[in-house]
Amino acid sequence: MNVVYGSPSFTSEVMGTGYCPGCGHGTVHKLLAEVVEELSVREKTVLCYPIGCAGLGGGWTNLNTLSCAHGRAGAVATAVKKTNQDNVIIAYQGDGDLAAIGMAETMHAANRGENITVIFINNTNFGMTGGQMAPTTLIGQKATTSPDGRDLERHGAPFKMAELIAKLEAPKFVGRYAVHDAKNAIKTKAAIKKGLQMQLDKKGYSFIEVLSVCPTNWKKNPLDSAKYIDEVVSKTYPLGVYKDVE
Amino acid sequence: MSKEFIKGNEAMAEAAVRGGCRFFAGYPITPQNDIPEYLSKRLFEVGGTFIQGESEIASINMVYGVAATGVRSMTSSSSPGLALKSEGISFIAGSRIPAVIINVARGGPALGTIQGAQQDYFASAKAIAPGGFRCFVVSPSTVQEAADLVYEAFEIADKYRTPVYVLTDGVIGNMMEIVELPPMRDPEEMLSSDAWRITKYNDDSSARQFSTYRPTGEMLTVDNIAMAELYEEWQEKEQRWEAFMMEDAEVVLTAYGSAGRIAKSAVKELRAQGIKAGLIRPITLFPFPNKAYENINYDKIDKIFVVEMSIPPQFVYDVELATKSQLDYININTSGGVIVETESIVDKVKESM
Ligand code: SF4
Repeated sequence: MNVVYGSPSFTSEVMGTGYCPGCGHGTVHKLLAEVVEELSVREKTVLCYPIGCAGLGGGWTNLNTLSCAHGRAGAVATAVKKTNQDNVIIAYQGDGDLAAIGMAETMHAANRGENITVIFINNTNFGMTGGQMAPTTLIGQKATTSPDGRDLERHGAPFKMAELIAKLEAPKFVGRYAVHDAKNAIKTKAAIKKGLQMQLDKKGYSFIEVLSVCPTNWKKNPLDSAKYIDEVVSKTYPLGVYKDVE
Repeated sequence: MSKEFIKGNEAMAEAAVRGGCRFFAGYPITPQNDIPEYLSKRLFEVGGTFIQGESEIASINMVYGVAATGVRSMTSSSSPGLALKSEGISFIAGSRIPAVIINVARGGPALGTIQGAQQDYFASAKAIAPGGFRCFVVSPSTVQEAADLVYEAFEIADKYRTPVYVLTDGVIGNMMEIVELPPMRDPEEMLSSDAWRITKYNDDSSARQFSTYRPTGEMLTVDNIAMAELYEEWQEKEQRWEAFMMEDAEVVLTAYGSAGRIAKSAVKELRAQGIKAGLIRPITLFPFPNKAYENINYDKIDKIFVVEMSIPPQFVYDVELATKSQLDYININTSGGVIVETESIVDKVKESM
């Protein structure tokens, strides 16, 4: 039999993922697993993963994983890489983890220019805990802790992480991508592959922000969620490459 | 072997290197700054890595990550810094990763004072962070013992796959003494981490995953029973203490760490004055050396002097447990930041006899 398409061997055979139907996390896991397989770096890979919905994600890959305390994946990944420079170190984090409680670790890891790849899942809310306001919640977007919608005066503006990180001197590759349709998912995969290849070539820090959907807390079906990315989310968070000095 | 006149903090740092430490991350805080300063140069001389973390929190999490790759790793801080590190320590303990943590304690609560103190007894020997875990806790009372315990801490950490917590204070950290530093340990002699380190896959190619999350209470129960059994094993095999002039003692003192060395001077002074005093000095605070107190002759001894640089007292509760509340407990305390004096101990003992 000629297999023309299969699931990558580094996703867990046991249970798929436990994310909600339509969730963007599962897509990114699959892309990451495909990249790891295509680059033949599984034996070298350590995935540092966060607290939040993706906090369960380690178990849904068949990769060596380190569960990091909330927000600390940037620090963990930095140190693991410094002492294991031939390994491929990935920090996979959501917006609460990376941009709220872990902002210091995120910025310092980026500023040191550590030769790691950060995959930042931006779905504009705290998913796991039930849809609270995140640093990335859009102006006007309702969350369980901003029931009247995020208000600039009361809550401040959303953090644009890719733009922020791109301003630092040390990072080498910074971009914002999406996974709500095939065209964007393919671009995201290419960016992840580029980031990992840069690690192998000792070229430095890469930051890949991925606009992801959270149908459950957005209270939208997956199709409407995808539309929301196109029509609303990507207006605040424009897709594209913010820095590429490879 | 050579002897050196060396400061406590530096002796601990050098002993760590000789004990196999090849990674350190830390953040500046008084009175432990000599440790990161020393290691920021020394570690690179032996092929190791030093990172000044952006915070206490980042530093302990760096230790978590590197220790998980099987590299002997350490952090140090002082009391308020340990509060910030506590969650990271719980991840290290919960994931069963070996690491060494030094607390060169100062007076608290909160900012307190930068002078040496023993106000961190509960926070190190009892509850470092929520979750019911413990560290293996040791406390030196001389610079020599500080160096020896840090050196050995890496072995204990590897043997039990546990964080080992060295509770010392600004007194020992900043004191200079003549020390015989331990030899550079041969990496061949160290326990291999191949069976568990995160940079290696299992022989059957399955992944290794460090996670402290358990989806069900039943799964957590299995882990926590293993944790309880580990602590029982320590209690059985690893209690350590010094019994000083206890054979014929009619007056018993007890103290640990820097207060322990001062209490020892007081025992010598009392002996010189014809009073048969003795000292029980715990070296492990967890496991607490209950066995040391079993040897007290309870027919003759009805009180014990508990010397501690902490107000309110903390260590005394473990002494009371170990002696099954059979004695009168006479606290001789100074607040953190004030060093207890030999004469005040001697006076208090004589006054209470
Ligand atoms: S809550 Fe949102 S982010 Fe979390 S798994 Fe469900 S859809 Fe995905």
